[in-house]
Amino acid sequence: MKNRHLVSINDFSKDDIARILELAAEFEKDPSQQILEGKVIASLFFEPSTRTRLSFESAINRLGGRVIGFTDATSSSVSKGESLKDTIRTVANYSDMIIMRHPIEGSAHLASEVSSVPVVNAGDGANQHPTQTLLDLYSIKKTQGSLDNVNLFLVGDLKYGRTVHSLLMAMSNYENVTFNFISPEELRIPSEYKLFLEKKGIPYYEHRDFDGIIEHADIIYMTRIQRERFSDPMEYEKTKNSYVLRDKMLENAKDNMRVLHPLPRVNEIHEDVDTNAKAYYFTQALNGVFTRQAIISSILGLK
Amino acid sequence: MEEKKLQVSAIKNGTVIDHVPADHLFMVINILGLHKIDKPITFGTNLESSRLGRKAIIKISDVYFEDEDINRIALVAPEAKLNDIRDYQVVNKRIVEVPDRIVGIAKCGNPKCITNHDNVLPKFEVANKKQVALKCHYCEKITDSEHMEIF
Repeated sequence: MKNRHLVSINDFSKDDIARILELAAEFEKDPSQQILEGKVIASLFFEPSTRTRLSFESAINRLGGRVIGFTDATSSSVSKGESLKDTIRTVANYSDMIIMRHPIEGSAHLASEVSSVPVVNAGDGANQHPTQTLLDLYSIKKTQGSLDNVNLFLVGDLKYGRTVHSLLMAMSNYENVTFNFISPEELRIPSEYKLFLEKKGIPYYEHRDFDGIIEHADIIYMTRIQRERFSDPMEYEKTKNSYVLRDKMLENAKDNMRVLHPLPRVNEIHEDVDTNAKAYYFTQALNGVFTRQAIISSILGLK
Repeated sequence: MEEKKLQVSAIKNGTVIDHVPADHLFMVINILGLHKIDKPITFGTNLESSRLGRKAIIKISDVYFEDEDINRIALVAPEAKLNDIRDYQVVNKRIVEVPDRIVGIAKCGNPKCITNHDNVLPKFEVANKKQVALKCHYCEKITDSEHMEIF
């Protein structure tokens, strides 16, 4: 994987993903190693994303690397009207790798075409966020022992949620995976993904609520439902409470079942779930650090 | 039959592009860069066509096109037919084929795509050749023929 860009989860083969997950497990055992000493990594956040940025910076700092960059576009030359291409070409001269977050879709791909150093996409609008997908895969593998034979429940905004779409594409490469989609009518999983699953012969089921199905889940992947996604605000008010996970709903869940969420959580997981041993979302965020250590060190050819 | 052919006068040598949808004539001119060619060119448009309703025809003297160039008009004139003419005779008949990849020509239909924000040439993989659908090389979104904007 040395010197390769990570723009889309589709850039990594099943073998590449397996290698990243193995490395992430190594970093989990020993997260502080000085392998990035002398390396300068640019962290370009054209829009704020505190969680993702801190996770990357923690990963780099624990490995002894240095970080340069900006945390939102107003403090960069973009505010003077510089093109993305010029910003990337310049920053590539100053650094060994570029990590970028940008609100416009396809921006990371364009950056990878003009950059002389590897580019890691930390989210390009609604398009891709591959390091999130890899940390989700790591969390599923760690809690289930394997990425095969998983009954995956995806809940909430399945129409616009890019984490859901990337996770679906990535999980479709494993054996005996079943998808259950739970969402309001307006935020159903787009038909292109259903067609994709049908073509691959992967079973999926759509539901409007959780009734009587939670006991089948291995993973419940929750996402936030945003008010502004609804054309009719009344519809939002009517449906919002149907997609809130509460502790008592997990009574009959399997022992191995874990609740995941890309965070930030607002109210879709009630706080009473936090103390349940099946709540995994904060550990999932920690896994993000190990996964990003694995991605950075493998792209820089250090592991 | 003879009368139809004479709606645009015959050429001695060159290329005849027939069955261009009348409302796409100027797009074809743009895509092929015909406005930069200094050879005699004649156009006929709003001609009757049983297949297209109204069609256009273009005759370009002394110029021949490579398949690769001509396939660029497939997005706007998928049923176009080309005749290479030498000494008033048709020596080669070609039909347009939708290529696997498109560079430029169309705009990505996703308003949030980088190609609509930065100065970058749109590139597409053709996801469906029959009902033309283009997958953006950058944002990965599909633009179908209904939402396709040609520039």
